[in-house]
Amino acid sequence: MARFPRPAEGTWTEHHPELGTGPVSFEDSVSPRFHELEREAIFRRAWLNVGRLEMLPRNGSYFTKELPGLRTSVIVARGMDGEVRAFHNVCRHRGNRLVWEGTPGSDTGGNARQFVCKYHGWRYGLDGACTYVHQAKEFFDLRQEALGLAPVHCETFAGFVFVNLAVEPRRSLREYLGPMVGALEGYPFDRMTERYSFRAENESNWKVFIDAFQEYYHVPPLHTHQLGPTPEAQNPEYEFEAAHYQIDGPHRMVTTSGTHKHGWPAEHLYPSEALTRSGSTGPWDAPDLGGPLPGVNPSGIRRWGIDNFQVFPNLEILIYERGWFVTYRYWPTSHDTHVFEGDLHFVPATSARGRLAHEYAALTFKEYALQDCGTLDGTQMGLAQGAFREFPLNDQEILVRHFHKTVGEWVEAYEKERPVERTR
Amino acid sequence: MSEPLLPPAFADLEPWAATWCLATEPERWSRRLATPMAELQAFYDAFFPRAEEAIAWCDRFPLDDMPADAQRLLQLLHSLLMVSYAVEVWKQPEVVNGGSARIDRILEPRP
Repeated sequence: MARFPRPAEGTWTEHHPELGTGPVSFEDSVSPRFHELEREAIFRRAWLNVGRLEMLPRNGSYFTKELPGLRTSVIVARGMDGEVRAFHNVCRHRGNRLVWEGTPGSDTGGNARQFVCKYHGWRYGLDGACTYVHQAKEFFDLRQEALGLAPVHCETFAGFVFVNLAVEPRRSLREYLGPMVGALEGYPFDRMTERYSFRAENESNWKVFIDAFQEYYHVPPLHTHQLGPTPEAQNPEYEFEAAHYQIDGPHRMVTTSGTHKHGWPAEHLYPSEALTRSGSTGPWDAPDLGGPLPGVNPSGIRRWGIDNFQVFPNLEILIYERGWFVTYRYWPTSHDTHVFEGDLHFVPATSARGRLAHEYAALTFKEYALQDCGTLDGTQMGLAQGAFREFPLNDQEILVRHFHKTVGEWVEAYEKERPVERTR
Repeated sequence: MSEPLLPPAFADLEPWAATWCLATEPERWSRRLATPMAELQAFYDAFFPRAEEAIAWCDRFPLDDMPADAQRLLQLLHSLLMVSYAVEVWKQPEVVNGGSARIDRILEPRP
């Protein structure tokens, strides 16, 4: 039955004996107390992706990023010296949100030589140093050189900008990412600068949502339409099987063979797929990226389609064989809500035809993601009902099993280090 | 008769232009959800057979330097794709099993 070779143990899950094969509790996705712990144990300790270097094209470029659920906004800026730095987006004077446009909670970006606080006019350089205090003589013992912005640890990998809210991160970003994700260094992400960005506020725990994006077992039953317009194609009993699963520390990945619609006969396509030569696995006409591409298709399957890297805790990088990539970020805002951010990245279109192929891929993403959003609101309701304590997971759901185990371990480690808070 | 919005070769599509030449996805999405299925189908039926020709017309110009009427034709093509999901896939304006969820497109390339 298996179409792809599995490890010597016979299953992917048993290849990782520490994961076990028993039923799994999702109490971690319905408990308000667990949510509070998770925020400190994971989100204030792990490296968090906040953007891409292409968002900082020149010296003086900056963007702000609200980290939903963490009561934190950061400024990421490329200084006049070319260095990329991050700061808490807070004025040193009286704590005002420093950089914003429209409303204080919304993100902005652009080019600047300095940041000026709207409240009392204090100014800061792009390196965070305080450069001007209005009516400085009125202050007492003012030491302007000690009144810079509060820095946030900021490192980059393959053009991805990460911050870390810990006082002192335990590991450098590169060390944290490990060899599996690290192998993507050198993939031409930087050529894919045409971006479509999406944001959703979902009524589900962030892990409940991630779980649907780290297994494809749900695709034939939930996204039946995605298989094609004909009754033969729309078979909810189609058996999905991933080509390869890999685990590296807290991170995970899955390779699939994709659907390769560009090779299908027209009668199995929606008319707009044939018109735009595009769809759920992206535009059919791939840009020439040169080759070979580092880090992708680690098991070397012949009919590679998609690599789905789950970078702990809340970043997913989907790399498509047709030369484009997608990122998802998930930010818990309570035990049963989260903010979802999705970004599609293409090599910029140079023609109307190229633009429409990208547009159709972006439409397709949203149409099917709405099925996930709608369904997972229902999963959250079902889990909260408490009818069952544990749930069976199959071999194609190995990454779900690994993810919840990892989250549990990080929370447990945090609790062990903080015995006082634990009993509070 | 008001000024034509589309290139002369696509004059037959003028009746749809005022409603469906929309520059952004949020506008096109809202319009789709607010339009009865019969009207979505009529727009699709009128335009889809000419879509290939319309793309070829737009491709006569550089993407970042299109005359206004070709830009509007490209917007109309964007709306056609938006409507195609209702007509070809869901057979209704809303996503099947989308519940009450919403996803906002907050950034997109222009034009």
